[in-house]
Amino acid sequence: MLRRDAHPGVAPAAIFRRRTLADREDLLGRILLAPALIYVILLVAAPLALAILLSFSASFAGSLEFHWTGLRNFATIIQDPQFRLALRNTALFTIISQALVIVLAVTAAHVLDAAFAGKRVVRFLLLLPWAVPVSLAAMAWTWIFDSTFSVINWTLRVAGLLDGWLYWFGDPTLAMIAIITVHVWRMFPFATVIVLAGMTAVPLDIREAAVIDGASFWRRLFQVNLPLLLPIITVSVLFGVVFTSTDLGVVWLLTRGGPYNSTHVLSTLAFQRGILGANLGQGAAIAIFLLPVLMLAAIGMLQVARRTEVGS
Amino acid sequence: MTAMAPMTLTPQAAGRRRKRRFIRAIKRVGLYLAAVVFTVFAVFPFYWMLLTSFKTNRDLYVGATDLSHIPWIFNEMPTLQHVQLLFLGTPYLIWVRNTVLVGAVVVLITLAFAVPAGYALARLTGRWGERLGIGIFLTYLVPPTLLFIPFARVIAVLGLQNSPWALVLVYPTFTIPFCTWLLMGFFRSIPRDIEEQGMIDGYSRWSVIRKIVLPLAVSGILTAVIFAFTLVLQEFVYALTFISSVGKMTVSLGVPVALVRGDVFYWGSLMAAALITSIPIAIIYNLFIDRFIAGLTAGALKG
Repeated sequence: MLRRDAHPGVAPAAIFRRRTLADREDLLGRILLAPALIYVILLVAAPLALAILLSFSASFAGSLEFHWTGLRNFATIIQDPQFRLALRNTALFTIISQALVIVLAVTAAHVLDAAFAGKRVVRFLLLLPWAVPVSLAAMAWTWIFDSTFSVINWTLRVAGLLDGWLYWFGDPTLAMIAIITVHVWRMFPFATVIVLAGMTAVPLDIREAAVIDGASFWRRLFQVNLPLLLPIITVSVLFGVVFTSTDLGVVWLLTRGGPYNSTHVLSTLAFQRGILGANLGQGAAIAIFLLPVLMLAAIGMLQVARRTEVGS
Repeated sequence: MTAMAPMTLTPQAAGRRRKRRFIRAIKRVGLYLAAVVFTVFAVFPFYWMLLTSFKTNRDLYVGATDLSHIPWIFNEMPTLQHVQLLFLGTPYLIWVRNTVLVGAVVVLITLAFAVPAGYALARLTGRWGERLGIGIFLTYLVPPTLLFIPFARVIAVLGLQNSPWALVLVYPTFTIPFCTWLLMGFFRSIPRDIEEQGMIDGYSRWSVIRKIVLPLAVSGILTAVIFAFTLVLQEFVYALTFISSVGKMTVSLGVPVALVRGDVFYWGSLMAAALITSIPIAIIYNLFIDRFIAGLTAGALKG
């Protein structure tokens, strides 16, 4: 009797409590979200703003003084041939490596997508370059391209393809080839896996229909598969552009910007001037030139996200 | 009836058939060949690490001009001397310890911030939450290259130069956005019905989170832990900027920067360190990669 009496008393209380929480759901959401948001604002947004501020100032490591100098840092670096070269190198490395990555990744994804024995093993091995810390991979490549012990030189000579000698890090062009190789090596497995994820999302019947209709391989590739894969390829390229154009480790560990400062990119030059040279203001001004790339990438990603949202 | 057709093939049809089978075989071979080429390109540096780690110095340091000495194989018995030197004669184990400590603290911080935020974005904030979620993810794209200079100033003001605490403070700037995004996707995949059922049964939203959602999200949280830790392990730029004494370095900084004697690198030990460090990460990545990709491409693959 008692329990049956108690029960109706409980129910309204539960309903009451539930409704107030439902009312406060938005509040709870804000409370749960706030810490992460504050962290991101304090330690990403604020430093980003500080970077922009520093680029307009004469600031040096070791002192906390801060002099507003307007555009002087920018005026200085734009006239600096070293900076122009770094800007050109950044664009060059990014564009060439990403173009190669797209071709390799789309091909590799097609290979991996066709069922064959050992597919899982191949996929595991393809992921190795992406998993290894970039600094350690860069050292392995430094050793591979070593001026005395390079296995590449040995193999080329034994194959009869090389008469002289390739000093990989002693010649600007060869050093650039080495850097681009490492970037491609690092990014193409990642791009492959992303494209592969996109391919499994493309309905199989569409692809089969194209095969049954007798479309040739190239026609299927350019008129069916690639257009369907375009959003996912765009995403992987945008990631690739961001990661490659802002990367510091590969160039720094392979060449330190050498030989004769010919392979500096924006990030290594910013590091050299801003941290090693203690000229924070100029370092910040150099790094800021990456900002437009990042903004375009962000806009691109939002566009892709929106378009697929509308399409679905 | 149709099954009978092949029996009455004309010679031309049989020829065409043989040709088609031949083309298919060629395609198959091409496929395997392509797979082999891609794999060799991807794996070659790891093979090279393996060889270098276990070769004797006499076998290792033979100039590539000596065409009779084949660098691709062990010409002498493999040796453990480089591995021994790495563990006993270099600070490698100290770097491992530093990395694990920094990684553990960063993972804890990341979870404390990203789990609530991920849940809030998935369930509690509606339309503007989705925009905010994308916004938080985009901050993951702001690279260390843009932030290390302002951080150098911030770290100097806080007096954290050459301290692991600098890394603990800075690393969550990329782990929190990434894991929040990852966990948001994960919480979304838990059926709403289960939570609503819990609330109908008289649980508050808070107890629903504690007693129903979190136990269901264990595997998602584990994924976040793994990725936060590997992101820490892979980081190089901030460590290079903030840490200068060898005893305080992490693996990804110490190995490339400090395994040097004068101008001479300890290549054997260096490659052993690279190999030992990367293989566990590679295996873990392989286990979790599908979820990682799903997180990264959530926008482009929606619907």
